[in-house]
Amino acid sequence: MSSQTSLTAAEVEHLARLARMSLTDEELTRYAGQLDQILHAVDRVGEVAVDEVPPMSHPQPLVNVWRADVVTPGLTADDVLAGAPAAEDERFRVPRILDGE
Amino acid sequence: MSTATVNPDFATAISNYDPVLGFEVHVELSTNSKMFCGCPTDFGAAPNTHVCPTCVGLPGSLPVVNEAAVEATIKIGLALNCDIAEWCRFARKNYFYPDMPKDYQISQYDEPLCSNGYLDVDVVDEAGEHRTVRVEIERVHMEEDTGKLLHTGGDTGRIHGADYSLVDYNRAGVPLIEIVTKTIEGTGALAPEVGKAYVTQLRELVRSLNVSDVRMEQGSLRCDANVSLMPKGASEWGTRTETKNVNSLRSVERAIRSEIIRQAEVLDAGGTITQETRHFHETTGDTTPGREKSDAEDYRYFPEPDLIPIAADPQWVEQLRAALPEAPSLRLGRLQKEWGLSDFDMLAVVSSGAVDVVVATVDAGADQAAARKWWLGELTRIANSEGVELEALAITPTQVARVVALVEDGSLNDKLARKVIEGVLAGEGEPDDVVAARGLAVVSDDGPLIAAIDEAIAANPDVVEKIAGGKPQAAGVIVGSVMKATRGQADAGRVRELLFEKLGVDA
Repeated sequence: MSSQTSLTAAEVEHLARLARMSLTDEELTRYAGQLDQILHAVDRVGEVAVDEVPPMSHPQPLVNVWRADVVTPGLTADDVLAGAPAAEDERFRVPRILDGE
Repeated sequence: MSTATVNPDFATAISNYDPVLGFEVHVELSTNSKMFCGCPTDFGAAPNTHVCPTCVGLPGSLPVVNEAAVEATIKIGLALNCDIAEWCRFARKNYFYPDMPKDYQISQYDEPLCSNGYLDVDVVDEAGEHRTVRVEIERVHMEEDTGKLLHTGGDTGRIHGADYSLVDYNRAGVPLIEIVTKTIEGTGALAPEVGKAYVTQLRELVRSLNVSDVRMEQGSLRCDANVSLMPKGASEWGTRTETKNVNSLRSVERAIRSEIIRQAEVLDAGGTITQETRHFHETTGDTTPGREKSDAEDYRYFPEPDLIPIAADPQWVEQLRAALPEAPSLRLGRLQKEWGLSDFDMLAVVSSGAVDVVVATVDAGADQAAARKWWLGELTRIANSEGVELEALAITPTQVARVVALVEDGSLNDKLARKVIEGVLAGEGEPDDVVAARGLAVVSDDGPLIAAIDEAIAANPDVVEKIAGGKPQAAGVIVGSVMKATRGQADAGRVRELLFEKLGVDA
């Protein structure tokens, strides 16, 4: 892991595109700087990582927490659509997907 | 199967290039409840009625793994000779698309539950020789299915040009298993057949485990076919495309064949292949470009923090291994022996996806030859023209066995039997109901025939004169009117015989 992380404006632009965010050039530069600081801070954690401690994705040393294959009640279509900005025919209505691509 | 008609473009492509294949097959498990919540999984419910806060990604909801889905995945892995991971995790695959309400899909990334397996598939080569191709399995992992989009407005339900889309989340979160092969090389001209055989035999295998209904037309088994070409003698793979929307076994073969031809034409013209997703079109049999493939890093996979790792107890795995059903390949060998079929005839049953329906028809009392004849002939023709699998036809093996019995006892001839099948498929009830309602039984008793012949003779004295005068070909008019009077249920040959007998002339 490199501790000389340096995020370019082009990389931030790519990330913004993946997150479907439209950023101005000024914002790209600003966020590149801010994200860079965050990455550096995270890199410092890497400095203290030692081989004997395995990487951890969860604070609890548990495995196999699961449920039996049983149907439980959920929401009605009315309930689930109540919070939708737009609905039609009992379905969520979303804007056109491939616009501009 | 048949090598009778070789597409010349395909032959040229294969003489210049070696195809390299790879498959990603998704199987929806038939568990009662979803992968991470207790919503039901049945197909065909009213939109957005099988939903809860977890599967629509509402804040504060948490996923919990369905144990039965893990068990089913291990069974699939074992049946594919995979290693089962002692410890593995789920991962988030991040992407923005309205089919996933959370804006990520819970999947597995670098720690799949099962890996390093294989499936031996049987094909018949150009020379008619039986060949076994080992398809190596890279991984089998667990994930959740996505919701269903309905594109509205614009150009008839296609995403391009749609004004907006409607989303049904019933399917979101249904347990989905992805089975990924390693690259398959060296199949040459057999590539399309190997592809079809792999998906067919994988489907039989998963079906035998009773963990999915593996119906391609309903999407509970979906196949993405990766195809690339490398010039003959080269050792480096070409750029691959991934063809989606391959919704039947027959389409697997067609899609691979058409993609090989297309890529060869692009390369021959000095062009390059774009790495992209392509869509197969059932009606035209060709593929068109979809979206360009994202790189894996664009999905920004990371371990799913809301789920605890899976550590399958080795004892449990061994119990599941010991309880696996008879492997389909062994079962097929046994059936082939029982039925006394050649490799070629047996493969015809297998590649039509007809093994189970033929077995069930034989179990219902039919002779295997007759069962094969109807399922591989008339019923396959109907299924193909409707674009569905044999099991999806509205006729059961028991009903087919009854039709076979009616033909065997002489109540029906093949022509009438086809009408009975047509009636059953049209929802007119059991075969016997259709026979009764449509009045389809063969008229085997000569009595009514003779009466009808007498009537026809009386009505056509001029024709009788011609026959008597040495023109037997004129008899067609009388036979025709007798057939008409008996509504096609008489045996035309017998009518002819009786007519000449009556008139005392030689045929």
